[in-house]
Amino acid sequence: MFRVKSVIWIAALFFVLACIPFVAHALDEPFYVTFFARVLVYALAACALNVVLGLAGLVSFGHAMFIGLGCYTVGILSYYGIDNGWIQLLVCIAACVVVGVLVGTVCLRTSGIGFIMITLAFSQMLYFLMISLTEFGGDDGLNIYAPSDFGFFQLDGSSEVYWAAWALLLALAVFLLRFRVSPFGMVLRATHINPRRVDAFGYSVFGVQLASYVMSGVITGIAGFLLANLTAFASPSYIAWHVSGELIVMVVIGGIGAVTGPIVGALAFLVMEDVLKGWTSHWMLIMGPIIVLIALLGRNQFAWLKACLKRPAPSAGPARPIASSSVAGESL
Amino acid sequence: MNSSLFLSQLLNGLQLGVLLFLLSSGLTLIFGIMNFINLAHGSLYMVGAFIGAATYNASGSFLFSVAAAMASAAIVGALIEHLVARPLYRYDHLYQVLATFGLMMFFNELAIVIWGNRPYFVEIPQFIRGAVTIFGAPYPVYRLLIIAIGIVVAFGAWFLIQRTRFGMLTRAGATSSAMVSVLGVNIDLLKKALFMLGAALSGLAGTLAGPILSVQSGMGDPVLILALVVIVVGGIGSIRGALFAAIVIAIIDTLGRAYLPFLLGLVLPPSAANTTGNAVASMLIYILMAFVLAFRPHGIMVSAKR
Repeated sequence: MFRVKSVIWIAALFFVLACIPFVAHALDEPFYVTFFARVLVYALAACALNVVLGLAGLVSFGHAMFIGLGCYTVGILSYYGIDNGWIQLLVCIAACVVVGVLVGTVCLRTSGIGFIMITLAFSQMLYFLMISLTEFGGDDGLNIYAPSDFGFFQLDGSSEVYWAAWALLLALAVFLLRFRVSPFGMVLRATHINPRRVDAFGYSVFGVQLASYVMSGVITGIAGFLLANLTAFASPSYIAWHVSGELIVMVVIGGIGAVTGPIVGALAFLVMEDVLKGWTSHWMLIMGPIIVLIALLGRNQFAWLKACLKRPAPSAGPARPIASSSVAGESL
Repeated sequence: MNSSLFLSQLLNGLQLGVLLFLLSSGLTLIFGIMNFINLAHGSLYMVGAFIGAATYNASGSFLFSVAAAMASAAIVGALIEHLVARPLYRYDHLYQVLATFGLMMFFNELAIVIWGNRPYFVEIPQFIRGAVTIFGAPYPVYRLLIIAIGIVVAFGAWFLIQRTRFGMLTRAGATSSAMVSVLGVNIDLLKKALFMLGAALSGLAGTLAGPILSVQSGMGDPVLILALVVIVVGGIGSIRGALFAAIVIAIIDTLGRAYLPFLLGLVLPPSAANTTGNAVASMLIYILMAFVLAFRPHGIMVSAKR
């Protein structure tokens, strides 16, 4: 089922990513390992968001909530002296499943614009909750003194986090390549295009959407788990709604629905941010209009970065851009 | 807890509700007729606050500063509509969210460039600075004025939407904008006017909030999210729903923050009650929203759109 071109593209991408730590060491610039570890962590979250955004067409504007859940599981557990990585990971996944099911059940009662606003509101709820919990640092955030300890492997440095994120991201990319064309993935994509017909076929639209939302939430939570270990810090600013917005930007830059799109998008966004930050402290003054432009151009299924790197994207009808991009290549 | 404190908290809630209504009525109108989600609405609020504060500090005239704030917010709104919103009306909400998110980043940073990082100070005008006694408790005149303005605007909006030709076209446009356009109405102009009206109301809310909240970059973000909660609870597209939900949410939020730690103190030890109380109070309106959605997915007032 794997298309040769996708496999080559993914292999090349991950090979380049695998070279980065060695190049950074050779250049004696350890900062780059930290930077690219951050890129990979955000890429993981963006790939997860792409499952709901790209495949299911659900615009979740609250995925920072799951990053926050991951961060604070590590933070709070290590605050109480539990630094066993397996326990932390288990609690993180459990927390994301529980919150994902509860929030998803409420949010999926609405659709379209309502869904956007409600996911946003729920992530704000966690944000304000963490600010008001002064026990865990409140506004100032929570320092994490002990990294997650997996027995044979400790997430105690940038390169450890880098390799963990690299391996997870590779696994996720391969999984998603398969997932898109699996029966579940097909039904999920169909719910976006024609929910009524999916319903008529006897599938539960709500069930499929909820399952994808929870799955996406758990993966995003694991990204948060890695982020907490990377920065040794859990802060409400990781849950701020800007983070959710930036994740959406990453997905859109790279091309919605494509497996490697969010990885390229995260890379492009964070590199762009870093370059602009080095240039001026008012980098948002430039980044804002760039995002506006991406939105204005992106509506025409103009995965412009992909087009720059590869060939011009096949142009489908201009209306309903998500629908057309998520079926590109295959028919149901 | 005594009754005069309760009363003044209730009035505080009402005043916050009015500010939220000014913001969410524009947002809900823009959504109702144009099917457009405008996250930059919070930036228009910020523009109103900054321009209002700056013109008041420069001129000393309250009325002039309010007019300047509303006018500048309307102009910025018209620019946003023309350059960003118009090309995106027909497209997926995702791109509208993205574009207005970018605008919001831009405006927040622009405010820092122009006015700096620290809160910009503005005083309450002299002639409305005092306090009046209501049922034995002193209450600031300025906050009462905000409530009064809110009532006037709510009535004005009702009159505009229900009793004028503009309102009739707006309502018709919300039902079927293609049909209105076919009947010979310049729907693009109508949309622009509506966008500017919403922006002006948002600017009004900003300039009124200026002296009692801090005027600074990013001040629009938290209020915008509250306004989003308001329009979801009130039913997207419904002004009546927005008014009702704004008042209810603001009062619940204000009273929750004031009294929950105290109420929990009756059953929990003081420090635990304080922590839990504050935590629950900050989540209260979102819990309310979840309940409303669980039972009335389209909001408490079903809008014309559905």
